[in-house]
Amino acid sequence: MTGTWAAILVTAAGCYLLKLAGLSVPQRLLDNPVVLRVSAMLPVALLAALAAVQTFADGTRLVVDARLAGVAAAVAALVLRAPFLVVVAVAALAAALVRVAV
Amino acid sequence: MTEAQPWPAVRASVVRTALSVGVATGAYALSFGALGTAAGLSVVQTCALSVLVFTGGSQFALVGVIGGGGSAMSGAASAVLLGSRNALYGARLAPLLRLRGVRRVLGAQLVLDESTAVGLAGEDQSERAGRLGFWATGLSIFVLWNLGTLVGALAGAVIGDPRELGLDAAVPAAFLALLAPRLRSRPAWLTAVAAAVVAVAVVPLVPAGVPVLVAALVPVAAAVGRRRAAA
Repeated sequence: MTGTWAAILVTAAGCYLLKLAGLSVPQRLLDNPVVLRVSAMLPVALLAALAAVQTFADGTRLVVDARLAGVAAAVAALVLRAPFLVVVAVAALAAALVRVAV
Repeated sequence: MTEAQPWPAVRASVVRTALSVGVATGAYALSFGALGTAAGLSVVQTCALSVLVFTGGSQFALVGVIGGGGSAMSGAASAVLLGSRNALYGARLAPLLRLRGVRRVLGAQLVLDESTAVGLAGEDQSERAGRLGFWATGLSIFVLWNLGTLVGALAGAVIGDPRELGLDAAVPAAFLALLAPRLRSRPAWLTAVAAAVVAVAVVPLVPAGVPVLVAALVPVAAAVGRRRAAA
C-alpha cells in the first residue's frame, strides 16, 4: 500500500516537472533532430508496448487467453472509428463472453 | 477570413470546443476510474492520480502495470516516460502563453494533448484565441476528468472479479485507442510494431513492468541509428 502511494507521488512529481520543464526550456533544444525524433516516437513505442504486454503477459509468462479476443474486438471497433468508451467497452464485453463460453 | 470575426464570436466558439473536449475526456475518465479500483487501488489513490498526475496515458500506464502484477516503481517509470511528450507540448506552447511566476506554476499542470491541440488551433486565429483555448480546455478537462474519475472509481470499487467483466482486456484496448491516432506515418507503424515485439519477447526474461521500459529504447536506437546512417 505504501509502495503504491510512493509510486503515485513519484509519477505525479515526474509528470509535473516534465510539463513545467517544457514551458521553461530554451527553444533551441527543439531544433535538435534526435531530441525531436525520440520525443515524437516515444509515446508510440510505449503505448504499443503497453498494449502488447497487457494482452499477452501474465506476470512473467506469455499466455493466450480471452484478453486476445477482447483486443481483437477493440481493433475492429477502432477500424470502424468508434469513440474511446465504445472501444474499451467492446473489448471488455468480448473477453467476458469468451470466458463464459469457454 | 477568420481574422474578421468579432471577438465575442471567436470566444464563444473556442469555449464551446473546450467544453466538448472536456465532456469527451470526462467519459474517458469514467473508464480510468473503474479500471483503477479494479486494479486494486483505493478510491482515494485513483482520484489522487487524476488530480496530481493529470495526464491520461501515464495514469493508465501506472494502473496497468500494477494491475498486471508489476512493481509499482516500474509502473511509475513507464508513466513518467510516457509523460515526457508533455514537455514537448510545453515547449511548443511557451511562446504563445509566455507564462511567468505563479501562472507558469499553475498553467504547467494543464499542459496536455488536448489543451495543446485546442490552444495551437486557436493560435491560427489570434494569440488571444490561442491562449483562451489553452486555459479553457485545460480547466474544463481538469474539472470533468476528476469528476469522471471519482464516479468511475466508486463504480469500479463495487465490481467483484474484474476478469469476469473482461476489464483485463479493457486495459490493452485503452492503450490501443490512445495509440491509433498516432499511427499516421510509416515510421510510427514501424516503431509501434518493433516496440510491441521487443516488449513481448522480453516478458519471460525480466521482472513484470520492465518490458515496457526496454521497448522505450526502440525509438532511441532508431533515432541514433538514423543519425549514424546520415553521417
